[in-house]
Amino acid sequence: MTELATRPKHSTAAQSQHGHAHEQTQSEVHGDPKTTAETRELSGAQLLIELLERQGITCIAGVPGGANLPMYDALSGSDIKHVLARHEQGAGFIAQGMARVTGKAQVCFASSGPGATNLITAVADAHLDSIPLIAITGQVPQAMIGTDAFQEIDTFGLMLPITKHNYLVRSAEELLEVIPAAFELALSGRPGPVSIDIPKDVQNEKIELGSMPAPGARLPDPVVTEHEVDDMLSRITAAKQPVLMIGGGIVYADATELLRYFAEQMDVPAVQTFMGLGVLPSDHPLSLGMLGMHGAPFTNLVLEECDLLVGLGVRFDDRATGKVAAFCPNAEFIHVDIDNSEIGKVLQPVQSIVADVGNVLEIANRRLQPQSNEQWQQRVAQLKSDHPLQLDGSDEIFRPYGAIAAVAELVDSSANITTDVGQHQMWVAQAYPFERPRQWISSGGLGTMGFGLPAAIGMALAAPNQKTICFSGDGSLMMNIQEFATAAEHNLDLKVIILNNNHLGLVRQQQTLFYNKNLSAVKFEQRTDFPAAAIAMGMAGIDLSECENPREALKQALNEPGPCLINIPIAETEMVFPMVAPGGANKDMIVSETPEAAT
Amino acid sequence: MSVTNPAILKLTVKNHPGVLSHVCGLFARRAYNLEGVMVRPVRDDKKLSRMWLLVNEEDRLMQLIKQTEKLVDVISVEQHSMAGSAFEATQEYFV
Ligand SMILES: Cc1ncc(C[n+]2csc(CCOP(=O)(O)OP(=O)(O)O)c2C)c(N)n1
Repeated sequence: MTELATRPKHSTAAQSQHGHAHEQTQSEVHGDPKTTAETRELSGAQLLIELLERQGITCIAGVPGGANLPMYDALSGSDIKHVLARHEQGAGFIAQGMARVTGKAQVCFASSGPGATNLITAVADAHLDSIPLIAITGQVPQAMIGTDAFQEIDTFGLMLPITKHNYLVRSAEELLEVIPAAFELALSGRPGPVSIDIPKDVQNEKIELGSMPAPGARLPDPVVTEHEVDDMLSRITAAKQPVLMIGGGIVYADATELLRYFAEQMDVPAVQTFMGLGVLPSDHPLSLGMLGMHGAPFTNLVLEECDLLVGLGVRFDDRATGKVAAFCPNAEFIHVDIDNSEIGKVLQPVQSIVADVGNVLEIANRRLQPQSNEQWQQRVAQLKSDHPLQLDGSDEIFRPYGAIAAVAELVDSSANITTDVGQHQMWVAQAYPFERPRQWISSGGLGTMGFGLPAAIGMALAAPNQKTICFSGDGSLMMNIQEFATAAEHNLDLKVIILNNNHLGLVRQQQTLFYNKNLSAVKFEQRTDFPAAAIAMGMAGIDLSECENPREALKQALNEPGPCLINIPIAETEMVFPMVAPGGANKDMIVSETPEAAT
Repeated sequence: MSVTNPAILKLTVKNHPGVLSHVCGLFARRAYNLEGVMVRPVRDDKKLSRMWLLVNEEDRLMQLIKQTEKLVDVISVEQHSMAGSAFEATQEYFV
């Protein structure tokens, strides 16, 4: 027996799900189907809605259809607000936006067949970024499963590889276990999505109900010993050139304050992953910005020299490490993460702690000896000033960094920021002055074009008193543009800013740099009038290039409450630099187009 | 822990629909080489099933075990030798 074999599983609710698969007639055994003093009769769908209410769900995004009609029938009697998305993928990303900005599990609904397949991208996206999303789908009645019935697909099979866990519910009574278990799973340990497929007969089944189960909640985290933490502290103290690598785990553990104190007391500079942006304010003296494929030159150069890299809530994604064999060539690694299977997956640490990173930092902050790393900090400062991030055109509004800077100047740090996927996303990640965790949400692991607008809707629904800004590209926006109507319907204070190059810019960039400028299928021959599209769907829309005073127009558009599309044309030749070639080593970053490659 | 190749894993899992899909789905999704599977309910506890896996993954075995342990329906994962395993007892059925 290996030592791994004895790892206890502390799941409670999840333990016994499906135990009643063949006992669905229990309500009949009780005889009288009518309400008595202790029991009442509910349909599976009504039970589902009540269980969701008890989980604290106040808003669900979704689209109805044949196989989830009973759920919608039951939902109309509930206080839960429903947001009717214009596409199920939009519903999935709206729920994700709510989950990412609050840290709470959120729910989306879809019908069977095409409803379920439309949800899949949003569920897969949640899986890669560890987002607690609960996707609830209708399914054809159990008697028809396997007959190729109308709108029947194997939702269980499709969701299986892209969720933390998934269920096909076989009786109304099973919901009493499955729903709390799903929330417990989505929130415990490393968060993630759970999918629940509910056949229509289960939604309609009447059951006699006594007491309700306790809502599912996050389980206690693994215990950390002081000994392990002392060991980590002494390794950091012994190191001459230590660096922290901080990721989404810090955000999800709500450990930002603990991390800041820890870094300051230990005097260790920190690189942030794409998912960790905001943990250290970008102007914090210990912040080295984002590492990896589009990191600043000095950030990746500091990592070349560091002798100890302490990964805190990170998974050493390939966009961060570049070629792993060449990553931090002179360093040993410490890895702290709550997911045991991440330890040793990409690289072998000299020490690992499987724990909630917040618990580790809390102990560390009690036990550390404040220290300073003067020499190393001097060297880091030198690299910073010798190899800065070049933000060309930061004062020109029709250039990427300039547009981003103009927006950042006009809104305060309470504004929540999201993006789509492409060059614009990387420009924002590099240059937006993030100051707090959960201020920034973006599709990191899956890199899903179409994420931005619906995610922004979710953020605005969950944080209605804060402004929501979505930077998008003309390619990505088109992928879920139908959600303009949803944003307008709810009159959300949401601004979509397109850095419009009329191209699939990041693909164009890769073709320019790595495919001999053979530009293939990256230009939109038919331009879209985005402000007109926004207006057609009930939003406001402006084009800054048509405004006499673009800065003033931008200011007005940002300050005016309500949803607005702001089109900012930029040149298609703009590039995101630095860039590490996919599969390349971070030290071999490309910092500019070679003169002869200019297009 | 010495790694035999191919390795044999003895799993205790919950006995309900879907569990085999979750285990096999994980192996397919992460491209682990699975050479044999045998599964039946545990004789004295019908809530559980015993699953025997024959896997050909020398370098990634620890990673494979950790990923398998993460599955919600998997209660325990043990490494087992060929001697005394379900695969030893059934070799004659696979000629
Ligand atoms: C759904 C999806 N399809 C394709 C891609 C591949 N892809 C990555 S970036 C990109 C171009 C994005 O263009 P745009 O949204 O206009 O942003 P830009 O790069 O121009 O800023 C494409 C096609 C993707 N990430 N997601």
